[in-house]
Amino acid sequence: MKIIYMDHNATTPLDAEILEAMMPYLTNKFGNPSSSTHAYGWEARRAVDEARSQVAELIGAHPEEIVFTSGATEADNLAIKGVAHAYRDRGNHIITSQIEHKAVLETCKFLEKEGFKVTYLPVDRYGMVDPEKVRGTITDRTILISIMFVNSEVGTIEPVEKIGEIAREKGVLFHSDAVQGAGKIETKVDKLKTDLLAISGHKMYGPKGIGALYLKKGVKIEPLLHGGGHERGLRAGTENVPGIVGLGKACQKAGRVMDEEAERLTKLRNRLYQGIMNRIKRVYLNGHPEKRLPGNLNLSFEFVEGESLILSVKNFAISSGSACTSSSLESSYVLLAMQVPEALSHCSLRICLGRSNTEEEVDYLIEELSKNVARLREMSPLYKEV
Amino acid sequence: MWLDFGRCPPCIKRCSMYNLEEYSAKVMEHYQNPRNVGEIVDPSGEGTVGNPACGDVMKLTIKVDNGRIVDAKFKTFGCGAAIATSSMVTEMVKGKTIEEALKITNKTVAEALDGLPKIKMHCSVLAEDALRAAIEDFRKKTAGQEKNAQNN
Repeated sequence: MKIIYMDHNATTPLDAEILEAMMPYLTNKFGNPSSSTHAYGWEARRAVDEARSQVAELIGAHPEEIVFTSGATEADNLAIKGVAHAYRDRGNHIITSQIEHKAVLETCKFLEKEGFKVTYLPVDRYGMVDPEKVRGTITDRTILISIMFVNSEVGTIEPVEKIGEIAREKGVLFHSDAVQGAGKIETKVDKLKTDLLAISGHKMYGPKGIGALYLKKGVKIEPLLHGGGHERGLRAGTENVPGIVGLGKACQKAGRVMDEEAERLTKLRNRLYQGIMNRIKRVYLNGHPEKRLPGNLNLSFEFVEGESLILSVKNFAISSGSACTSSSLESSYVLLAMQVPEALSHCSLRICLGRSNTEEEVDYLIEELSKNVARLREMSPLYKEV
Repeated sequence: MWLDFGRCPPCIKRCSMYNLEEYSAKVMEHYQNPRNVGEIVDPSGEGTVGNPACGDVMKLTIKVDNGRIVDAKFKTFGCGAAIATSSMVTEMVKGKTIEEALKITNKTVAEALDGLPKIKMHCSVLAEDALRAAIEDFRKKTAGQEKNAQNN
């Protein structure tokens, strides 16, 4: 039996239309965009330019403000290290949150070793950063604020707009990791008031190995990679033309279907949530009840360990914040930062619906979960009928 | 209700790659059809070990007759490996004398399951600890009787 994929925050399948658009650049249109002397180079250059416009359009930027990278991890690294190194004469303080993606957290930790000071802001029980806490933390040594747009685990949409306003008011640069938002909900840089913004191809039905950094005109960054002057000298290395074409197409298609899809996924997600809450007792929602990504649901099933629950619904591809499913044997740092009790953090399940999911699949999951939660609770020494 | 076990001690921080595919067929079989789930009413010995904050708790009850474990049942909150090792240890102890049962270790339980992913070996310690706790409980309960028996 085919396993039903419900882990769209981890990655998404490559859209057939997008693969089709990429194919020529994996086969006969193999030119190097830097080859200015012949048609092979010209057609590759045109493809890269077109993709740059498509990416820019999705986020409301100018094409020349887009830098292609190998993915969002590189984009986050380029943004944070790039700004830190370019503005180190102005200050050494960076503000971020405790629930950022590791690409941001580990980059900040690395910069601490270089002498930068980093404030990791706590979040409330819904996983929300308080913009006023950001304001209160800014000093005259602060050079960068980096707060994610949407949290990948609990789906909370952060008040990026307000943080951007504060950053502008205080004259501090603002970066946002928008990997989980871009292509799924409206992500416009002027509205969000970000100076830098990272996106990824494979989270929006594009290919893996490609991402982009939005860099507002006038913002300086020190490149990570030095070489042949590609991407205006900000990211050396021959362009990943098929990947770039795929990212461009993914952005274009997302822009076209996003609103309708967000509405459909919100309904589908609510159906799943209501179905589970009606059938199973003592289930807790992790993340914000309203300000959350359309397809995302993160729940803790009290008395049932996450990994064992995942094993029991083996026809579904889903994930957990339980320590037992992570390679480090530690519970999700996001749930812990939200003050979810450690015991409940082991009981969490993350379900991320996407384009392929249907009502039938959701109903089937509700059925399987209620059956297996009951079975595992019977087996749990912590559970007593209440 | 959650029992108050406090926070998970930072005892198990390791790093290695692991995915659910690494579970052996036998582990999966025991996870899906666990043997001896439940609690023995009026057990000869019982042991509860683990910590919900760490993500696993096991309760083992045993019935001892004439120095031999004649029945064993478990209840476990934990991952697939914790449930499978719980199930396996109840199978292994049945029919064994206390002395024989004490020779069971987390390694022998894991071996009986055709092995566990390296990172999951600590889950099998739960089964060994629960067994030892249940035997200790049994010995405590019967300490007086044993003395009486010797005196007679």
